This record gives sequence, C-alpha cells and structure tokens, in this order.
Amino acid sequence: MTPMRTLATAGRVLSQIRHDPRTIGLLLVVPSLLIGLVAWIFTDTDVFADIGPAMIALFPFIVMFLVTSIATLRERRTGTLERLFSMPLGKGDFILGYALAFGLLAIFQTAIAVSWAVWVCGLEIEGSVWLLFAVAVADALLGTSLGLLASAFARTEFQVVQFMPVLVFPQILLGGIFLPRDQLPEVLQAIGDALPLSFAIDALTAVADGSEDAAWIWGKVLVIGAWIIGSIVLGSITLRRRTP
Amino acid sequence: MDESSAAHARHRAPTESVQVPGSGGADGGDAAEAVIVVRDLHVRRAKTPVLHGLSLTVRRGRIVGLLGPSGSGKTTLMRSIVGVQVVQSGTVEVLGLAAGSRELRSRVAYVTQQPSVYDDLTVRQNLAYFARVLGVPKAKVDEAIARTHLGDVERRLAGSLSGGQRSRVSLATALLGDAELLVLDEPTVGLDPVLRVELWELFHQLADEGATLIVSSHVMDEAKRCDQLLLMRNGELLADATVANVLAATGTDDMETAFLTLIERATTPMTDEEAPR
Repeated sequence: MTPMRTLATAGRVLSQIRHDPRTIGLLLVVPSLLIGLVAWIFTDTDVFADIGPAMIALFPFIVMFLVTSIATLRERRTGTLERLFSMPLGKGDFILGYALAFGLLAIFQTAIAVSWAVWVCGLEIEGSVWLLFAVAVADALLGTSLGLLASAFARTEFQVVQFMPVLVFPQILLGGIFLPRDQLPEVLQAIGDALPLSFAIDALTAVADGSEDAAWIWGKVLVIGAWIIGSIVLGSITLRRRTP
Repeated sequence: MDESSAAHARHRAPTESVQVPGSGGADGGDAAEAVIVVRDLHVRRAKTPVLHGLSLTVRRGRIVGLLGPSGSGKTTLMRSIVGVQVVQSGTVEVLGLAAGSRELRSRVAYVTQQPSVYDDLTVRQNLAYFARVLGVPKAKVDEAIARTHLGDVERRLAGSLSGGQRSRVSLATALLGDAELLVLDEPTVGLDPVLRVELWELFHQLADEGATLIVSSHVMDEAKRCDQLLLMRNGELLADATVANVLAATGTDDMETAFLTLIERATTPMTDEEAPR
C-alpha cells in the first residue's frame, strides 16, 4: 500500500463521479429533500424537534451506503478490479481510495443536509452546529465504510441491494427513532445499543437538545470511528486477488 | 477423453507423447529462457473441471497463440498464468517465480476478454490512472495511445467508444509498464481487418523488443502469425508446436482443417518432434 496509489484511486473515483452530474445532484440533494419532507409532515406538531437529528443521521447514512456499495460492486463486475489486482495495487489502496473519495462527497452532502435542517427546516440546536456537523460527517462515513464491506460479500447488483434491508433497516428500527431504546424489550435494547447507527442518532440528538456535554458526544464519535476503521479493515481482508 | 478420440490415438508411439517440462514448446532445443512453465495444472471453475493436467513451457521473445473453441479453457489458463485464478493442483511458474507473486505484478500485463476500463472516464484518464498504479511516468500514456492509434478519441469517454476502440484502450493499458510478459485474451476480436493487421504488427514489435506474448483467439487464421501454437480443446492441449509443424503433421495448409485432424486423433499434445522431416 502506498499513499500515491491510494490518492490516485481516490482521484480516479472522483473523476468518474464528475462525469455523472445526475449522481452528484442526487447525492447532494436527496438527503435534504427527505429531511424537508419529514419536517413538512410534522409541521403542526413538535415531533420534528425530536426526530430531526435522527433524520440527519439516517438519510446521508443510507444514501452513502447505497452509492458506495454499488460503485465498488460495479468495479468487480466490469473486470477492472481483476485488472487492478493483477497490478501492484494494494487492497488497502483500493478500499481507502474509495473511502477517501466518498468521504469527501459525504462532507459536502452533510454540510448541505445540516444547513438545510437548521436554517430552512428550523431544527433547533442547543449545542454547537459544528459539533452537529462533525457527528453527521462521521455518520455518513459510516455509511460509506459499511457499503464497502457489504459489497465485498455481494456478487451481483441484486445481492448488494438486498444488503440494504439486511444491514440498514434493523439499525433504523432499533435505533430509537420509532420507540426510545430504553422502552424496547431487553434483548432488543441490548442489540440496539450496540449498533453503530444508534451512536450517531444518540450523539446528534444530544447535540440538538443540549442534554450532554461535548466530551460525551466525542466519545460517541470515537465509537463510530472504530466501526468505520473496523469495516474498512474487514473489507480489505475479504477482497481476494485470486478468485475461483 | 472420450472413446472415439482414444481409438484414433493408436498410431502414436508412447515415447512421443511424453512432454518433458522445460523442453516442450516450439523449437524445444534452443537456449531462450523459459518465461512460463506450467506443470500438471488442474483447475475447476464452478465445480466443473476446466483444465485437466496441463503442462507447457513458453520461452522468452515468443508470440504464443492460444487457440481453441470457446469453452476450451483458454481464459482459465491465462488467469492461472496471471495468478488471479484459484487452482486445484499443479504449478505455474512465471519468470522463475510462482504465478501471481507480488514481484510479478509490474512485470506481467493482463488484458481480459471483456475490455476492463472505466466507461465513465476518458481514454486518457483511464490510462493516466493505470499509469499511476503502475508507477510509470506520464510519457508512457502518450506512447500507449500512439501505439494503439487512439489519438483521435483520447478525450472521449471510454463508454462512448465502439467495442473495438474500447478493447484497444484495454490493450493500451497493458503497454504502459514495459511488461516482460503480456497475456492478451482475444485482443483482436471485433476489429476490422486493417486494425487487426496493425495490432499483429504491434505484437511482433513488442516481441522484437524482448517481450513474450500469449495471445488467445478463436480465429484459426490468426495462428499463422504466432511463433508457437497451443491448440486447446476441452481443457487439454491438442498441440504445442510451431505453425509449420502443425500443418506438416496434419498434412494440410489450412489451420481449421489441421485443428479438426488433431481433434480426431489426439490423446496427447502433438509436438514438433512428430512433424515429418
């Protein structure tokens, strides 16, 4: 693995996306549109104040998961991955290159989503907006890295789309959006507490209602970071140079 | 091996059928260094045996034609040589190292049958990326574009090119790193005759510069442009010999007929020793 090859890969992924303006548009705008829709649904109630932060965790996470897993799967399907693995490219170069490229996109996407939620949808933030932004970026990166991991286990586009309900939906259901986690049955609460998206939802909610201090929130970000690194490492281990 | 072809093998002396690793191939006697040595290679893909005990040797500076109908195991053999194929047993040595070794990744270039390029990058961007992965200077990109006659389309997205142009982009990638061994899976398929001739000229230039090439094809008349022929069918070698010797041994001047004759009588690969003197 070399920084030059990792950066070359990240640059290549970004130039590929640059040639696809529609994907850029969708990537940057869709999470904000969905957050706007949720805010609109709950216009006459104060529900958005409660679940708004969770929505910032949810939509960028899902969008980044999908885009990343399909992009890397496509590389496998078109034979370019096989070509790269017959060249002096490290598995880490490949995975980190993707993580860097999509991580950069995640930053832009999150900046737009957070600004939109706060200044257009009127989400009230007791804590620091910067902290909200930092947690949201970590959350979008989490979606990217889980997408990389999922694509390592998928052989076809159909399979990778199925990973969405398998890996993402339980995290939404058990993350405390539908019912606070402390009201869940004991087993489900234990599972829900361990899932990575829960940490992002908790941290974003805490920033919004100012219930916890910055150290507590950074603790949650640290756990998300561990999940990101874990899935990137696992993802690169599961890549095989030799295939049957 | 089926019954009828076994019956046709009667006229072959057993001593002729022995293929000694390292001495086979086109003129086995000369001293050129062995670039590829395959010994008793067995490969299964999707639980079906594809290669059954293949052995062969390829020497430096040769253009080796790997011919046979589709499904005969050409791609699997090439993948094994490049080292991206899981093999069941047997050994594949490339440039004195086990196939797929780390040191070989910049010395062996592989062009897959489906053009493996990024459709959403331009021709130049594709090559520039692969050049950075290989760690070669940018000038190599211009050279590869010139050698594959892609100058007119270098700023176009690979996805917007014709099939023949895309496969040339894929081939250009293999020219970036001055590889010692080029493994090319059907590089001329779908090309017009003029381009096909130009590409074969390019292959000969590369061989003259010291590279070794393995070129697969299912077009039998391309065989005549190769120094050494490997004729494959159902995962076995029908012949490992020069064009002249294959034609002489089968008493024909047409590759297609020679191939059919070999299918009818083969149980072991035909070698140069069997050609009439």
